[in-house]
Amino acid sequence: MSKRNPEYDFAWCPGCGDFGVRRALQVALEAYSVEHEEPQANNVVVAGIGCSGNMVHLVEGDQPFGIHGIHGRTLPISFGVKQGNPKLNTVVVAGDGDFLSIGAEHLGPAANRNVNVTAVIMDNGVYGLTKGQSSPTTEFGKVTVSTPLGKIENPISPLKHYLSLGVSYIASYYSSKPRVLAKVIQEAMNHNGFSIVHVQSPCTTYNDTYDILKGKPKEGIKGIAYEIPEEHDPTSEQDATDLLSRPGIPLGLVYRNEGMSMQDRFEELQARAPKRTNDELLDSYLLNV
Amino acid sequence: MDKKDFVIRFAGEGGQGLVTSADALARAAAQAGYFVQTHSTFPSQIMGGPASSQVRISTTPVLNSGDGVDVLVTLNQYAYDHNSQDLNPGGVTVYNAEEFDLPEGGHYFGIKADELAKSTGNARAANMVTIGAVANLINFNLEEIDEFITTRFTRGRPGDEEIIKANIEAVRLGVDVAMTSGFSVGQLAPPIEPDYTQIMITGNAALSMGAVAAGVDFYAGYPISPATTVLIWMENNLWGEGRFVHQVASEIEAINAILGAGFAGKKSMTATAGPGFSLMSEGLGLAWMAEIPLVVVNVQRGGPATGLPTKSEQSDLYTSMHPAHGDIKMPVLAPGTIEECFYAGALATNWAERYQGPVVLVSEFGLAERGENIRRPDLSNVSDENRATVSEGGSGKRYDSWDGSTPLPGMPVPGGPGAYVANGSEHDEIGDTTHLPHHHVRLMERRFKKLGLLDGAHYEIENTDADVIIMPWGSSKGPAREAYDRLREKGDNIGWLYSVALNPLPEEVLEVLKSGKKILVPELNYLGQWSSLLRMEGFNAESITQFTGLPFRPADLVESISERIGAGVTA
Repeated sequence: MSKRNPEYDFAWCPGCGDFGVRRALQVALEAYSVEHEEPQANNVVVAGIGCSGNMVHLVEGDQPFGIHGIHGRTLPISFGVKQGNPKLNTVVVAGDGDFLSIGAEHLGPAANRNVNVTAVIMDNGVYGLTKGQSSPTTEFGKVTVSTPLGKIENPISPLKHYLSLGVSYIASYYSSKPRVLAKVIQEAMNHNGFSIVHVQSPCTTYNDTYDILKGKPKEGIKGIAYEIPEEHDPTSEQDATDLLSRPGIPLGLVYRNEGMSMQDRFEELQARAPKRTNDELLDSYLLNV
Repeated sequence: MDKKDFVIRFAGEGGQGLVTSADALARAAAQAGYFVQTHSTFPSQIMGGPASSQVRISTTPVLNSGDGVDVLVTLNQYAYDHNSQDLNPGGVTVYNAEEFDLPEGGHYFGIKADELAKSTGNARAANMVTIGAVANLINFNLEEIDEFITTRFTRGRPGDEEIIKANIEAVRLGVDVAMTSGFSVGQLAPPIEPDYTQIMITGNAALSMGAVAAGVDFYAGYPISPATTVLIWMENNLWGEGRFVHQVASEIEAINAILGAGFAGKKSMTATAGPGFSLMSEGLGLAWMAEIPLVVVNVQRGGPATGLPTKSEQSDLYTSMHPAHGDIKMPVLAPGTIEECFYAGALATNWAERYQGPVVLVSEFGLAERGENIRRPDLSNVSDENRATVSEGGSGKRYDSWDGSTPLPGMPVPGGPGAYVANGSEHDEIGDTTHLPHHHVRLMERRFKKLGLLDGAHYEIENTDADVIIMPWGSSKGPAREAYDRLREKGDNIGWLYSVALNPLPEEVLEVLKSGKKILVPELNYLGQWSSLLRMEGFNAESITQFTGLPFRPADLVESISERIGAGVTA
């Protein structure tokens, strides 16, 4: 159940990373509206299918406009929302299965368009809602219910993948520090173009990676997540490539490329496009034309 | 005796300007006051392969591409071998004597169009040489052709006059060859000029124009024959404040993009054909479930799979009406003429807004690229409906129960009041997921009840006292109507029923169907799709099917209808 709607019959498991992402997203949406002096109603959340997709119902505070649509199709839906009304702050929420497996075909076109939406991806390395199958980010050899003898495919490296496709804003974070994550998401929303915030959001039921990410400081075990060094230049593609060749999960802004968004380019075309009234269009079919 | 109509076919290979020739003749005839209809058939490739393009010229509105051919222009031996059987008795073939020869004594003569065109100083006027020969064979007024040439080539450039002169001379050279041959197929009766303004337009352009007239302002599409020209039309014309058009990466992107735009407040549309429509299934299901207005045009071609991309078939009716999993019955409009394409484009857009959901407009290859001169639509008569929205302080219940007795509650627009989630899972009033039975029941009823709002489509009911009623759909209307008229003239007592809306059917049409009369459905598919859908509703329908990839010929329909009614009449 959600705070707004006691009848709503879905809940995340205790300890799910998505709780932290929810807190961060809610803070980011509210802060974005305040920063830009826009009504909350201008926020649209486009959700995929999976545990993370339920974010659109579970996010607290004012109900945002949302679409809880089709597995894998958040990017084309959000493209339609954004280009349908460019004033809307359009945010995608999806999981690694939704975004990087069934929906992977839409990443390239979204990057090429540089459509001005922000995707918040909750990566738990597993299909949680269907109870524990291997996902694109599940590591090689891992035993899951759908890979009983070990996963036979290599995992995808999401951040390298985004960079290679030309995504113009790439941030990486984890769910454990919602207040920082909120800032990361808000900055991504402010990017003029396609931005992805890839969040490690562990599944406590099927793939609990909290200890791997954060380590066990009391036992002297270091986690694989690390703060991106200050000397990292996110505007340098080479720096981003070097950073992503290191092992571990970087925390912070990996890459940023300021350029024209889809809407900017479209407005240029619009300015020099032929504009004819419907009557003028019809008259172009008159017999003696 | 003057003849009221002629069919002229140009046959050869793709890329030889066949469509250009048929189109030029059609335009010249239309400008002279005749009614014309073009029809082309070609393989799915740009250059080469057997192809043909024809025009039917008539003193009255043209219903279909006709039974046979009166003048056949063949550019190679293969074209002659594969088209000459379509010649009407007394028909004449003009063959390309630069390419092949035919033995003496036949009902044909050769012409060296390239050579003659070169002699005018304009090698590109070869098709005008041929048109000159054709014009002579049907005794077409040459002044009308001269006028057409003058209009076409007056482009405000320095060389215009020379080009016009060469083309007119080319026509005369063709006339000379035909005259020398001594053949004629008769005299085309003088035109009865219509007293209204006409436009010459194809089906795909007409439905695009209609949709835009009703306010479509968002288009996303992906190239696929024979729907590509809708995308091209939109990319060229859907510009201006508040409009958006884009070629996306797949049909899956197209349906989801227009869904997002429909949610955001736009009147959105895409067009595709069979394979792309299959890819759109899931998106159409979501639009039905979440109640998002949008229009999908399915320009049918031959199927299944890649099928026959550039042939005529009416085999997507099942999938258009039931495109996705679950309990769904899409509103379907199926225009049967070019003029109906325009109004169906407008009505589909209005329907989507009115009932807050997806509408499928089913067109066909046989309409898509067919050119026809029709009455210029009066845009002041085209309504431009907008979905009901919500105002501040409304109930905030997007998915309230609805029994049809009150106006459909408004649909909130993002940025305004009434925030909700457009949810593909079954949901409660604000769109939150629920599995409770009463929500599934009340919203299932709401979704189907809304279909009752959809009326206003064109229908025709005639002589339904008869025991047998002909009920074509889509482009089979044209040949079926001609067959019906011929049978009535011969004294057969048959009735006529036709509806552009296939779901929901207009009340008046349902009344006729409920009478239990035998309904004969001529349709271009194997399964007899429309008649079986009618039988599913308990109506007494059976099909006359054809699945050759070609449209019906009226004469064939006269024969098959006669067989069914046992009247023993033959064409």
